[in-house]
Amino acid sequence: MLATLEYYFSFPFVRYAFVVVILIALCSSLLGVPLVLKRFSFIGDGLSHVAFGAMAVAAVTGITNRTVIILPVTVISAVLILRTGQNTKIRGDASIAMISVGALATGYILMNLFPSSSNISADVCGSLFGSNSILTLKESDVWLCTIMAVIVLTVFVLFYNKIFSVTFDENFSKATGINSDGYNLVIAIITAIIIVLAMNLVGSLLISALIIFPALSAMRIFKSFRSVIICSAVISVICASSGIILSLLFSTPVGATIVVSDLAVFLVFSAVSVFAKK
Amino acid sequence: MSKQIICNNLTLGYEDGVVTENLNFSVSTGDYLCILGENGSGKSTLIKALLGLKPQLSGEIKWCDGFSARDIGYLPQQTPVQRDFPASVREIVLSGCLSKKGFHPFYNSAEKKLADDKIKQLGIDSLARKCYRELSGGQQQRVLLARALCATSKMLLLDEPATALDPHAQLELYELIANLNRQRISIIMVSHDITASLKYATHILHISKKQLFFGTKSDYINSNTGRAFIEKGEI
Repeated sequence: MLATLEYYFSFPFVRYAFVVVILIALCSSLLGVPLVLKRFSFIGDGLSHVAFGAMAVAAVTGITNRTVIILPVTVISAVLILRTGQNTKIRGDASIAMISVGALATGYILMNLFPSSSNISADVCGSLFGSNSILTLKESDVWLCTIMAVIVLTVFVLFYNKIFSVTFDENFSKATGINSDGYNLVIAIITAIIIVLAMNLVGSLLISALIIFPALSAMRIFKSFRSVIICSAVISVICASSGIILSLLFSTPVGATIVVSDLAVFLVFSAVSVFAKK
Repeated sequence: MSKQIICNNLTLGYEDGVVTENLNFSVSTGDYLCILGENGSGKSTLIKALLGLKPQLSGEIKWCDGFSARDIGYLPQQTPVQRDFPASVREIVLSGCLSKKGFHPFYNSAEKKLADDKIKQLGIDSLARKCYRELSGGQQQRVLLARALCATSKMLLLDEPATALDPHAQLELYELIANLNRQRISIIMVSHDITASLKYATHILHISKKQLFFGTKSDYINSNTGRAFIEKGEI
């Protein structure tokens, strides 16, 4: 088994994939805690469907660097979703559901009308469940991912106390002069960036798992905000690395394997919390 | 006694209509003002205006002696999000210090000491490491009071602080607030509980779309508005 792993890791693209997976898992797990607590668990799902739609548009236009289209569209949708969440006729959950299925349907129609390759269902399946293109990463992709991850981590650490305050009590934060709308915006934009980065990895349908599972698992057991954040990050990195190793060993799809290992940890933590209460 | 807030002909509302108009009242250092009124009478709009979150349609809110909206410690109503929030008591109290920090990202030792002092002052030091969601309603209110006191030592604005508490916890909370008031912290409390308001307040502001009464408690008890509502027992 070790020999098989050693063989796989002798390829640079496997090592690249490993690094990228861990960075994305780390960032998404940190953001997951405030998103879950703010009842925005579904924002990941909604935005990833938007990203799928945007990717279909990018594929139709034939641009090689698709991120140029996907990233701005997703960021704008994130801002819109958080805006509508506050006080409009369409409430937060409805607006997320609306935007996400709308984008999914539009994307699928576009991919059928203007097929960029002969095998549409493989294309669609790849973008929904994560493609093996995670194993065709170039060195430049790794650098892009690293820079994004560093930005996300820096923002998160610098604004950690304010993110806590805004998440716990938006009214109090506003009253003490914290620009809570601004921080909500920052959270939305970072979420959008992570989702676009993670699309290749686990695909649109499974992205929310990376965001919500580590946070939910950590909240089962830990009782302070800081310990929940740290535990969430640790769980996510461990699940991501074990997921990718298992997928190499058993030739399972990378994204789905990571999500299933996150699910397994969640079940274990839930069981532990139930027994701890007794 | 020095005035902290003076409101003159204050009219509040949204673009499509006035919520409450012609409010004339003031708060001085050490006052305990209860704001009474039915649902929809403009109490929560008035709170937003006092906190500087909502501009008035007309009239003015005058801040005296360098006092400002940022010097108000706010105790909002609890939200559903908070009931299962994983945070320690100390983390929550510390977040009250954020108002003075501006951009600076981390707490310094003076702020940590302030938070610990307030935790002691409100008698929750044995709970400091506990998780907020595991506390009783009364203990949670004490934590939020400690957080508000980290933000200010001049004035507290309490939004229905005793709702959802059992009678014993209500009494404890009211006594605690009265105790803070004795330490020259001005209190503005929005309340439905007319009995408690009459017991603890020094001044009463009664609103219902417009101002029905503002003055001292004894004047309120003898006024027509006051008598009518006291007979009904609650608002």
